[in-house]
Amino acid sequence: MNGVAFMLPIALGMGLFGLASFFWALKRGQFSDLDGAAARILIEDEDTP
Amino acid sequence: MTAPVRNLAVPDDTVHTVLAVPGMHCAGCMGKVERALSAVEGVASARTNLTARTVEVVHSPHVETPTLVAALAATGFDAQPREIEAEPVSAVKPLLAPLGVAAFACMNVMLMSVSVWSGADGTTRSLFHWVSALIGVPAIVYAGRPFFASAWKVLRHGKTNMDVPISIGVTIATGLSFYETLTGGAEAWFDGVLMLLMFLLAGRVLDAMMRDRARSGVDALLRQVATGTMVVAVDGETRWLDTKALQPGMLMRVAAGERLAADGEVLRGQTRFDQSLLTGESAPVLAGPGTLVHAGTLNIDAPVDVRVSAIGQDTALSEIARLMEAAGQSRSKYVRIADRAARLYAPAVHTLAALTFAGWMIAGAGWYQSLVIAIAVLIITCPCALGLAVPVAQVVAAGALLKMGVLVKDGSALERMAEIDRILIDKTGTLTLGRPVPDEAALGALSPFQASVALALASHSRHPLSLGLVQALGARGVHAAMLEDVAEEAGQGVTGRWNGLAVALGRPASAQGMATALRIQGDPVRIIAFADRLRPDAEAALLRLAALGVEASILSGDSLAAVAAVSRATGLTGQAAASPAEKQEAIVRLQNAGRKVMMAGDGLNDGPALATAHASIAPGSASDVGRQAADMVFTAESLLAIPRAIRVSRKTMRVVRQNFVLAIGYNLLAVPLAILGHVTPLFAAVAMSTSSLIVVANSLRLAGEAK
Repeated sequence: MNGVAFMLPIALGMGLFGLASFFWALKRGQFSDLDGAAARILIEDEDTP
Repeated sequence: MTAPVRNLAVPDDTVHTVLAVPGMHCAGCMGKVERALSAVEGVASARTNLTARTVEVVHSPHVETPTLVAALAATGFDAQPREIEAEPVSAVKPLLAPLGVAAFACMNVMLMSVSVWSGADGTTRSLFHWVSALIGVPAIVYAGRPFFASAWKVLRHGKTNMDVPISIGVTIATGLSFYETLTGGAEAWFDGVLMLLMFLLAGRVLDAMMRDRARSGVDALLRQVATGTMVVAVDGETRWLDTKALQPGMLMRVAAGERLAADGEVLRGQTRFDQSLLTGESAPVLAGPGTLVHAGTLNIDAPVDVRVSAIGQDTALSEIARLMEAAGQSRSKYVRIADRAARLYAPAVHTLAALTFAGWMIAGAGWYQSLVIAIAVLIITCPCALGLAVPVAQVVAAGALLKMGVLVKDGSALERMAEIDRILIDKTGTLTLGRPVPDEAALGALSPFQASVALALASHSRHPLSLGLVQALGARGVHAAMLEDVAEEAGQGVTGRWNGLAVALGRPASAQGMATALRIQGDPVRIIAFADRLRPDAEAALLRLAALGVEASILSGDSLAAVAAVSRATGLTGQAAASPAEKQEAIVRLQNAGRKVMMAGDGLNDGPALATAHASIAPGSASDVGRQAADMVFTAESLLAIPRAIRVSRKTMRVVRQNFVLAIGYNLLAVPLAILGHVTPLFAAVAMSTSSLIVVANSLRLAGEAK
């Protein structure tokens, strides 16, 4: 029972942190261009030697 | 990784500008656009959005929008400024937050449930139920709102849809679980309810994503149209004016190759107008001083000055608008397959639950036990996989079609398209390309030298015939000759010099139909005839339509002779010289006779017919009205897109029906157990996720279907 008393708040806290991060990302427009996010990794850097 | 390039020398007071860049479609384009804009003096950052085909530029107030547009033009991208407030509302965004909440709560509650299932007992179980309730109840209220709202909306009108059984099941199950928690009972269903909501919201998000993606595709096409015109002021000065700012009485100077932005009367100049988008007529119409000309028609020959007449009072356009308004109603009567299924499903499930309750009462079980078992029946039959059955299949199919150049506006378009057994095809611009294509034989007769001179001359003109010539010669691999002293004289043609020889491309002495004359000093004059050609693969497409059991015919606004020629070439019967209203009537007549009619058309005159037909498709080159009225838009030139769209739609509906059978079949196995009172929350959770996974896997088979 003692273990549960520790683990529960920790688990919930971690879950809430994840949810908060998701809302933060949503608000910052991280999900507004899913196609572009996939393509962005392929952009060539121009200033490579 | 490339972060947006930052220029630190820019002061704090920055402004945001959003530019539409329709030509951007790959990572390379994104990089070029961002680099080109970041290189402009005073630009802090530029970030592209590939989904919306836009770029957001943060820059100091000194930088003017035309500078940014010019910077993009220098790298080969057309761009138009776009107001940020004009951004269309996304259907996905409002669903993402409920989905996130449902997923979070589901995972956490599931952790508690696993301990309960593994044998937690006494105070531990009670504590876990309480924590589950604390997370679950608010999450269910929040994440379930889209369903409660939709169910309430239809219930008020005395109807039902899929959201009604969902809402009833969710509410009752939550209530029971809360009661169990309060009384320290053995079983709580919070995990099952949250999982149900999560799967259903995922289905909704997929459905909304499909609509968003198609709409941004159509928007990108619409933005390619220049919506403005050159206006001549009283003092003779000319300036570019937006279409919206045009006033009656203004004088427009319309160059050859431009579309009219408004109706008007020709004041000066003599030219021919291509009215095919407006009337379907393929032969250009002569216009001189005093002729009334209509918005959307294409000036072919020479620049003219046109006095803008009263906007919006033109009979042709206002009639089309009126017909379109009336036509939209018939299609809105269509009931989506998911809602049709719900009409049968919901009463059946609720009757079953009620009968279970009655049965257990008669058998002598107590109120409480009978109620718990009846609720277990409701939960186990809750249409979890059913909620995914339609959207997942449609999203996968729409994605496959998009890769092949067909944009699907929404899921109901796929459902209606699958029922088609009759198709009416507009001639100009749909069955044909809708633009002048040079005669192959005449091009073949040119020597390589003549062809290279013709290409060089044509590339200096925006005239529709020149554009057609450049495209055809370019496709033949011809390289342009180096010319000197090139000049274009409006209405006459292009002249120049090649190694001292005078060369010219212009109007033939005896103009019959559409043709251009290539004159090279010392050579005989070459006449190149132009005509509107059938789209590539037109015959193969018609054969495939026949193989699909779809009867095709032509429905055109063009003259009888022009339609007869295409009719002979394709072997289709046709109706010629049909006005917009007559096109609409033709469709209504067939639909009253019990046919499911599809319309394929591009022009303004096809708008009412496209909106009336059971399903409709328009080419990407269509008028704004055509593209907006149609259910699907195909961007490639090939006509094979039409049979492909029908075939994929039919296949999609087959998969949707299979999904229904799989989802309901699963329920049929579980329901007897539920009625007998053997279903536990663990069983419900496993059954729900397994049936959903099966439905998703079955739908994914559609991914490669469009080829």
